[in-house]
Amino acid sequence: MKAVFQYTKGMLSEETTYCPGCTHGIAHRLIMEVLDEKELLGRTIGVAPIGCSILAHHYMNVDMCESAHGRAPAIATGIRRVQKDKIVFTYQGDGDLASIGTAEIVQAAHRGEKFTTFFINNAIYGMTGGQMAPTSLIGQKTTTSAEGRKQESSGMPIRMAELIATLDGAVFVERVSVDSPANIRKAKKAVQKAIEVQEKRLGFGFVEILSTCPTNWGLNPVKSLEWLRENMIPYYPLGNLKCPGEVK
Amino acid sequence: MKNKVLMKGNEAFAEAAIRSGCRYYFGYPITPQNEITEYMSRELEKHGGSFVQAESEIAAINMAYGGAAAGGKVFISSSSPGIALMQEGFSFLCSTEIPLVILNVSRGGPGVGTIQPGQADYYQATRGGGNGDYHLFVFAPSSIQEAVDMMAKAFEIAEEYRNPVMIYVDGVLGQMMEPVVLTEPLPPFSGEEIVRIRPWALTGTEGKREHNVIKSLYLKPEELEARIMDMDQKYQRARKELPLYKTEGLEAAEVVFVAYGSTARITEEAVELLAEEGIQAGLIRPVSLWPFPYDVFDQIPDTVKVVISVELSRGQMIDDVRIGCRGRFPVTLSSRVGGILITPPEIAADARKALGVTA
Repeated sequence: MKAVFQYTKGMLSEETTYCPGCTHGIAHRLIMEVLDEKELLGRTIGVAPIGCSILAHHYMNVDMCESAHGRAPAIATGIRRVQKDKIVFTYQGDGDLASIGTAEIVQAAHRGEKFTTFFINNAIYGMTGGQMAPTSLIGQKTTTSAEGRKQESSGMPIRMAELIATLDGAVFVERVSVDSPANIRKAKKAVQKAIEVQEKRLGFGFVEILSTCPTNWGLNPVKSLEWLRENMIPYYPLGNLKCPGEVK
Repeated sequence: MKNKVLMKGNEAFAEAAIRSGCRYYFGYPITPQNEITEYMSRELEKHGGSFVQAESEIAAINMAYGGAAAGGKVFISSSSPGIALMQEGFSFLCSTEIPLVILNVSRGGPGVGTIQPGQADYYQATRGGGNGDYHLFVFAPSSIQEAVDMMAKAFEIAEEYRNPVMIYVDGVLGQMMEPVVLTEPLPPFSGEEIVRIRPWALTGTEGKREHNVIKSLYLKPEELEARIMDMDQKYQRARKELPLYKTEGLEAAEVVFVAYGSTARITEEAVELLAEEGIQAGLIRPVSLWPFPYDVFDQIPDTVKVVISVELSRGQMIDDVRIGCRGRFPVTLSSRVGGILITPPEIAADARKALGVTA
């Protein structure tokens, strides 16, 4: 009998610390599945910084390194110089990448570093308990914006994919979502292309993944997916912003 | 016969790092150490290595962390305010036990301070500016030759102990030129050596082993405590094995100076000045600042009336001098700050004052 589904060898059989309904699990699996299908697990090195996903190394079956808050792209730069033939990726949240780590991500993209960044945007700080992120939406209530984010004091939410796409060194930039089976399939395609860009050493690759945070949004898992669809996708449009001809 | 060459300190330090097998350097411009960054940008690729001009010292230390975690022999350098920015990384490197050699070509502070030499980073180097229970191993050479010789040793110690090692010089040594005999070049690590010497490094599993994880997060208190106790055993061993010092003329001395780095060389001249006046002065030069060579202070004879810490700061090493003296002698300070070098006559005058004699 032919197996129609198997767990990827890229994920370890650990119970995760993620909350029920959190989409980190989906994002983890997509990345690991792609690396597994491409037979790259043994040649991959990942970096996961402070945030809920600092524990990604408990689940991802590749060599991994924790990182200080925001610094993963700098660490990946160092790894890339020493392990020249490996696949290197960072897996960063929005507090990490879009706030404390803006210098590191912008400059890594600017240098055209040959690694891939997976950016989990759930519009909030998860691990620290639901504070406002630069990606939080206008009016979004968080523990540091109890009456909702206001443009006058906090500006408009930052669109990282669009910002990164302005840099010549970033050759693959796409925003995806994991709110529905159809979007998950599209997300996997983007991950595949991003990894292919790195295999071909074409430049920096960036995949922004719109995700949920039911606990800190104060919504159940189903309502969270609806909130993402109704509020995040209109402000953070899905789609490819940049893709080199070699992988189209 | 080994060739003596005349080299500027900063360039000699950079060349010494390459000759110690270092092939990766990550730097950010800051005076008075720019010649190192410039030298590495010119030379490393010729040796098959990599240079990256980082966007900040914070990025530089994290690139170093990544490079060393992936098995590279990495060297970084900066000067006082830049070293301040690297403290977060030092804490992570100590916690994850990653070998690295750091050079601080220090200048006067606080704040932007000055680009002129200073020794006011003693606390920063030996007490740690990062969070948590950790230590850098810190060595303070007083000549370019000593710094060059120390570079190879620093890489060895970093590897053996799996801990970052800092070489702490001031801008004087970075900017001056001296004749120097360079060390014999060592090859860099090969891919097989990385796997053998650093089996914990991020090299990819190649499907042959469990995945390697470099981490400093321990959510279970007992696990973190056990981790810190393991690190502490290493630090206790270092306290026994690594103290390094030089002494001169302690026997029958009336006054003993304690000075490190270029200040120790200036103090040697003060010792001569005092000898001409019939005042016998001794000198203790701590070469390792952490671990500090406390035991050498037991060699100070009872003839000594005062111990003087000579520093280009308002008294930082003096704390360790007092610990070393264990209350046996009064301890005073001789210092200039602001980027000004202290002179032998000034040190001699401070000694006379402390001894209560007039010139």
